[in-house]
Amino acid sequence: MGKLFSKENGEVFMRPLNLDNPVTVQILGICSALAVTSQLKPAVVMGLSVTVITAFSNVIISLIRKTIPMRIRIIIQLVVVAALVTIVSNILKAYVYDVSVQLSVYVGLIITNCILMGRLEAFAMSNGPWESFLDGVGNGLGYAIVLVIVGFVRELLGFGTIFGFQIIPQSFYTENGGYYMNNGMMTMPAMALILLGCVIWVHRSINKEEKK
Amino acid sequence: MNTNSNTYTIVYASVIVVIVAFLLAFVATALKPTQDINVAVDKKQQILASLNERGMAKSDVETKYAELVKLDPIYNEKAEVAQAGDKEGEKGQKDQEAFKVANKDITAANRPLYICEKDGETIYVVPVKGAGLWGGISGYVALKADCETVYGTYFTHESETAGLGARITEEWFQTSFNNKKIFGEDKTKVILSVLKKGKTVDGVGPDNFVDAVTGATLTSNGVNDMIQKCLQDYIDIFEKIKK
Repeated sequence: MGKLFSKENGEVFMRPLNLDNPVTVQILGICSALAVTSQLKPAVVMGLSVTVITAFSNVIISLIRKTIPMRIRIIIQLVVVAALVTIVSNILKAYVYDVSVQLSVYVGLIITNCILMGRLEAFAMSNGPWESFLDGVGNGLGYAIVLVIVGFVRELLGFGTIFGFQIIPQSFYTENGGYYMNNGMMTMPAMALILLGCVIWVHRSINKEEKK
Repeated sequence: MNTNSNTYTIVYASVIVVIVAFLLAFVATALKPTQDINVAVDKKQQILASLNERGMAKSDVETKYAELVKLDPIYNEKAEVAQAGDKEGEKGQKDQEAFKVANKDITAANRPLYICEKDGETIYVVPVKGAGLWGGISGYVALKADCETVYGTYFTHESETAGLGARITEEWFQTSFNNKKIFGEDKTKVILSVLKKGKTVDGVGPDNFVDAVTGATLTSNGVNDMIQKCLQDYIDIFEKIKK
């Protein structure tokens, strides 16, 4: 067990959460980060789906990495990812139907999420299954954290709710005699891009020293 | 072993494809029944919303549907009943005939109608479909027994702009249709309209229009065209059933 949770493995897991975050540092997977974060629930489901898919496709590719013919390795990686995405999308449709309707095409588009292909090529093809699993979970969660932060702000300011529960009291709204209105801009993808920029800004200014 | 030879590559690719194909086929078959139930419940929720029964828990949908929807007949191009719609599902709900007609399969010879009863009143629910700004829009329009007065509506969309066109799914817009009349003087032409504030059209009286969604002119026009066209297509049926 000592080896399983060694310092290097801890590093493999922790780096993508912060210093090597796929979204804020490597700027990967932005498209879906903008599209599914207008509310918190789809953001969480999307984050978890990507985590599960990255982790398991990493493990599978790592297990068969020595048998894969070099010339068709990208195709094999795509087939594995596509199969996992289809399975996850079917499970979502069966058990959380309303979320799968909200996520619509973006679950299918996980196949083309650069984080996945990037991790498969850069890590799983040259590391063991356990390290690859940690790397997959780490990168998936690194992506999920950013989605949740953006989703939190957008849902709170755009709808006044969190997970669908009303947070901002009804009496604050102008139609009930208050002085508050939901910011419709927050529900548009453009604001997600601006928020994402803010997240990256904050993240980089915190990590300025460590990077040098 | 040479993993780069042509034979190895071809065999490897074939094996992987076969394994993945079996796996996916298995998952899809195993989850199909659960998915179908979800889709059916969603459709029932939409029909119930047009009967002004909104926001109920998923578990109550079947019961409520069974209680309100009395028949789901299909009409042919001569406005005759092609299928009576009296087949019952497992829980006594009428979801075996018109209910099974998907929106895209609606044609003149295959027109579904839901005959409902609420608080002693007969209500007819007509499915409508059309085009919004970015993608398809669809919904249900419920008419009272005179086949002229709107009882309630429900609209949904595929990809309208959030905060603008997507607001057609909001309750205030849908309930603004309640008690409007689909006909003006001329009872052969549906004129129920969605109009921009301040705009008037000849023959469209105050009972015949609702206000459009601000900033969503094209989606509102889509709803307008959808309602007029789809209800117009049902006029021969209305002639036969109205009381």
